[in-house]
Amino acid sequence: MISAARATALVFVAAIAQVAVFSGIDLLATTPDVLLVVVVAVAFARGALFGSVAGFFGGLVVDTATLGVLGVTSLLLTLAGFWAGRYAETTGRGRPFAPYLAVGVMAVLVTAGGIVVHYLLGDGVDLRGIGAGIVPTVVLDVALAVLLVPVSRRVIGTPRLDRAREVEIVV
Amino acid sequence: MLGASLRRPAAGQVPSRTSTALRRRLVVGALVLLAFALITVSFRDGERGPLDRVQEAGAGALRPFQVAAERVAAPFEDGYRWLDGLFTARSEAERLRKENDVLRQQAARIELATRENARLKALLAFRDGPSFPGGYDGVAAAVIGRPAGAFSQAVVIAAGSNDGVRRNDPVVTQDGLVGLVTRVSARTARVTLLTDDRSAVSAVDAGTEAAGVVRHGRAARSTLVLDRVPKEDVVRVGDTVVTAGWRVGQLSSLYPRGIPIGRVTSVGQADTDLYKQVLVEPFADFRSLDSVLVLVVTDEERP
Repeated sequence: MISAARATALVFVAAIAQVAVFSGIDLLATTPDVLLVVVVAVAFARGALFGSVAGFFGGLVVDTATLGVLGVTSLLLTLAGFWAGRYAETTGRGRPFAPYLAVGVMAVLVTAGGIVVHYLLGDGVDLRGIGAGIVPTVVLDVALAVLLVPVSRRVIGTPRLDRAREVEIVV
Repeated sequence: MLGASLRRPAAGQVPSRTSTALRRRLVVGALVLLAFALITVSFRDGERGPLDRVQEAGAGALRPFQVAAERVAAPFEDGYRWLDGLFTARSEAERLRKENDVLRQQAARIELATRENARLKALLAFRDGPSFPGGYDGVAAAVIGRPAGAFSQAVVIAAGSNDGVRRNDPVVTQDGLVGLVTRVSARTARVTLLTDDRSAVSAVDAGTEAAGVVRHGRAARSTLVLDRVPKEDVVRVGDTVVTAGWRVGQLSSLYPRGIPIGRVTSVGQADTDLYKQVLVEPFADFRSLDSVLVLVVTDEERP
C-alpha cells in the first residue's frame, strides 16, 4: 500500500515536472519525456496493471495542467504502462537492460501513437520534424532512464515481480 | 520427504493466474475506454462543456504545484542555460565572425555597386542629354583591366564586337573624351587613352574657335597640350577645349564634333616658337576609370 502511494506520488511529481520544467528544455532539438520514463519504471516495479493506471493518471495530470484535450496523453501512457508492465512480467523479467530497452521502444511507439491521435483530432502534424527528432528523443529518454530507473526503484521499493513468490508443490 | 506436510494456500488467498489476467485486461480496457470517452467529450464540447469546467478547476488546483516545480527547477534551469551558453559561446562566436566577414564583403560590394550605379546614371544622363553627339549610339562598358607597365596608356573594357564596338570608335565618360578603341575582340576591347604617346585629337577652343591638336603632355601624364595653335589665334585660360570633328570630302575625323576634352590651364608663347604653348587639364579622370561609353556609329550613319 505504501509502495503504491509512493509510486503514485512519483508519477504525480514526474507529470508536474514534465509540464513545468522538462517541456521547456530544448536538448538535442527535442524535449526529454520524464513522465514516460517514470511510468515505464513504475510498470517494471509493480506490473502491467499498476503501470497502466499510473500511465492514465500521469497523462490526466498533464492534459489537465496544460488544458489540452483530455484523455490523449492518458490513452498513450496507459498503453505504454501496460505494455512495459507485461514485458517486465514476461520476457524482460530478470534482464538488467530491459527497462532501458522498454523506454526506447516506448518513446518510438508513444511518438507514433501521438501522431495518429493528433492526426485524427485534426491537429497539424509536422511529420518531417517529428521524424528528424525521433532518434534524439530515444537517446535522451534512454539516458534519462539510466538515471531515473534506479531512483524510481529506490522510491517505490524492490520490484514485486522479482520477489520470490510462495511455491506450490503438486505431488 | 513425501510424508512431510506441505503448505497449501487456502482457497482465495492467492488469486489464480486466470483471474489476474482477466482483472488486468478489464482494468486496462476500462482505462482505454475512459480515455477515448474523455477525448471524445473534451474534443466535442470544446470550451463550453461541463468537462471543461472540471478541467479548468483541475488546472487551477495543479497550478501551485507547477509554480513550485518551476521555482525549484529555476536555479537548475539557470545553471543549465549558463552551461549551454558556455558550450555554444565558442561556436556562436565563430558563426558571428563568419557572418561578419560575409557582411563586410557585402557592404564593400554594395559600396562599389552604389558608386558604379552613380557613374552609370551619369553616363545615361550624358547619353540622353543634348551634348551627346548625333549619329552615334552609346555602348556602356565596365573597365575590366589595365595593361601592366607604364609604357602603355590604355584600358580594357567589357564590350567587344558582339556589342557593336569597332576599331577607332571614340570612348567617352560623362565628363569628356577618354580615348579611342584600338583593338577589338568578341567580348572585350582595348581603349588607348588620350594620355598615350600615340594619341592625337583634332580640337578647337570652344570659345574662340582656335584649332589645334590635343596630345599627351610631356610634364605629367595627366596633362594634355593643345598643339599647333597659330600664334595669331586667341586662346584664354579657362576656355573649354572640344573635339573639332572635321570632315573633308570622304575623309573625316574619328571623333564627332563637340566632345569636351578639357579646360585650358595655361597659355604661353615664345618668340622662337611657331605655335602657342597651351596646357589643357582633361575633364576625364584617367586614373579612376571604372565605366565608359563607346560611341558607336548608328546604322544610318555607317558608310
